[in-house]
Amino acid sequence: MSNPLYAGRNRRNKIAVSLALVATAIGLGWLAIILGTLLWKGFSGINLQVFTEMTPPPGGTGGLLNPIIGSLIMTSLAVVIGTPIGILAGTYMAEYGRYSKITSYVRFINDILLSAPSIVIGLFVYEIMVYPMGHFSGWAGAVALSLIVIPVVVRTTEDMLLLVPNQQREAAFALGMPQAYVIRNVCYKAAQAGMLTGVLLAVARISGETAPLLFTALNNQFWTTDLNAPMGSLPVVIFQFALSPYEDWQRLAWAGALIITMAVLALSITARTLGGAKKAI
Amino acid sequence: MTNVAMRSSAAESAAPTQSAILNKLRGRDAIFHMLTRIAALGVLLTLGGVIVSLIFGAWPALSTFGFDFLFTASWNPVTEKFGALAPIYGTLVTAIIALVIAVPIGLMVAMFLTELCPMALRRPIGIAIELLAGIPSIIYGIWGLFVFAPFLQQTLQPFLISSFSSIPVLSTLFAGPPYGIGILTAGLILAIMVLPFITSISRDVFETVPPVLKEAAYGMGCTTWEVMRNIVLPYSRVGVVGGVMLSLGRALGETMAVTFVIGNAHRISGSILAPGTTISASIANEFTEAVDLMHSSSLVALGLILFVITFIVLAIARFLLMYVERQR
Repeated sequence: MSNPLYAGRNRRNKIAVSLALVATAIGLGWLAIILGTLLWKGFSGINLQVFTEMTPPPGGTGGLLNPIIGSLIMTSLAVVIGTPIGILAGTYMAEYGRYSKITSYVRFINDILLSAPSIVIGLFVYEIMVYPMGHFSGWAGAVALSLIVIPVVVRTTEDMLLLVPNQQREAAFALGMPQAYVIRNVCYKAAQAGMLTGVLLAVARISGETAPLLFTALNNQFWTTDLNAPMGSLPVVIFQFALSPYEDWQRLAWAGALIITMAVLALSITARTLGGAKKAI
Repeated sequence: MTNVAMRSSAAESAAPTQSAILNKLRGRDAIFHMLTRIAALGVLLTLGGVIVSLIFGAWPALSTFGFDFLFTASWNPVTEKFGALAPIYGTLVTAIIALVIAVPIGLMVAMFLTELCPMALRRPIGIAIELLAGIPSIIYGIWGLFVFAPFLQQTLQPFLISSFSSIPVLSTLFAGPPYGIGILTAGLILAIMVLPFITSISRDVFETVPPVLKEAAYGMGCTTWEVMRNIVLPYSRVGVVGGVMLSLGRALGETMAVTFVIGNAHRISGSILAPGTTISASIANEFTEAVDLMHSSSLVALGLILFVITFIVLAIARFLLMYVERQR
């Protein structure tokens, strides 16, 4: 087998295979490097203070309590607003209007909204809420985040409901159940793990979102649970602190970054092990 | 006779309650149907709302500057002269750098995962690569600013500057000094961020290639690379292009990571090592500080341009991916 053509083919194949190995190593390496740096820089900044004290003025000591609470409030509100709308829309697409024209339009537009730049969502909410109301507010931040939740939930709800076998629906119809009952008591039951995955993925997605909060919820250095006032959030505080010249602020930014990343990774791994759902890209 | 009469009287006595229940059920069904329909139409309305509100907000700038807005590079809040050319240029160049790097790497990873990797490792490695997509963009930003940019400043950038300094075109492209932050750094960070999208979509479309085709090629004695190059890629090219377009849409609209490392300079420089700006970075940096109407309206106009560009790119991506789906 020492003919030159064969040797050449073999060589090209070896090069390609090693390049594929190198590419994979690069991909995994980046993940390791980023997580490693985060742990290294973030861990030294994490202590009890971070979770119990307010954001400090430059040079002072303090923690991240108010932005953490702000993030939790706005994220939960966004889920509360976005999930029902997303599930209803997904239900229409998979059940009532499976073969209608509207569904194909909605699916197409929803897929685009899924990847649309989140900063544009921020501008949109600024135009419809912040500008007319005259001030930044936690509500505006929650609405902006809910607009990111909706497409994710719509997509997974539709996908999951389409997986429910038609025989199950037919069996329920044969018992004389109206369609709304069939959907709620049969289809939702069958698809609930996947739909929950969708919600978890949506939470993972919004808990790190910064761009839509910058000019909706803005930021707040102080403790607040007033949704009509500007509200701090972890990502925005990280953004502000990381770009500041003060070392304590930067250390807090790293600690915050570690907290967010761990939360997001935990959520997405849970969502995956819960299984079922195709990843929402 | 009596039997029939009895039955009808029984039906009459039961009828009001039965039909009442049925009506109630029918009513609830109709309400639920309406609710789901409204929610679905709401998704369409959101898109319409975004476009209308952005046009409304951008109108002062668009009506003042007209089409020149797209082709003017000046961005001066003091004299209120605004043009979108520098951010558009930065957005396109960073996205192109990201794709030039991420597409080959992403395809190679996908090839590894579908053809070479031992079965047991496929899922864990696939998930690990996808976790890269799950890391929030602000994390890439802070990492890029504090770790990656200083690293590039000391290693890659001086190397590029010195090694291309005598070659005509490349010397302008890689003109110093090494700032660390800048267009190239933003492009590299974006490359890492879109890599998982390219990988996971390519892997999915590679897996649609019928095994018979691959087996036939292997049976003829083709090498792994030849199967990849001559069977898998031609068969799945539409889907791969769709995945690349989807990643392009992501790269164009990415905000926080870029804002950290781009340097925020409203100018167009021949060197990709120089600081620049992108549409999303300009908005993120300036919007809350823009006090006069013309400034903030120009930023909204930038947002409108970004939305239109990404909409077109993502629409093409979805059409291509839908085509692949239908073919299956």
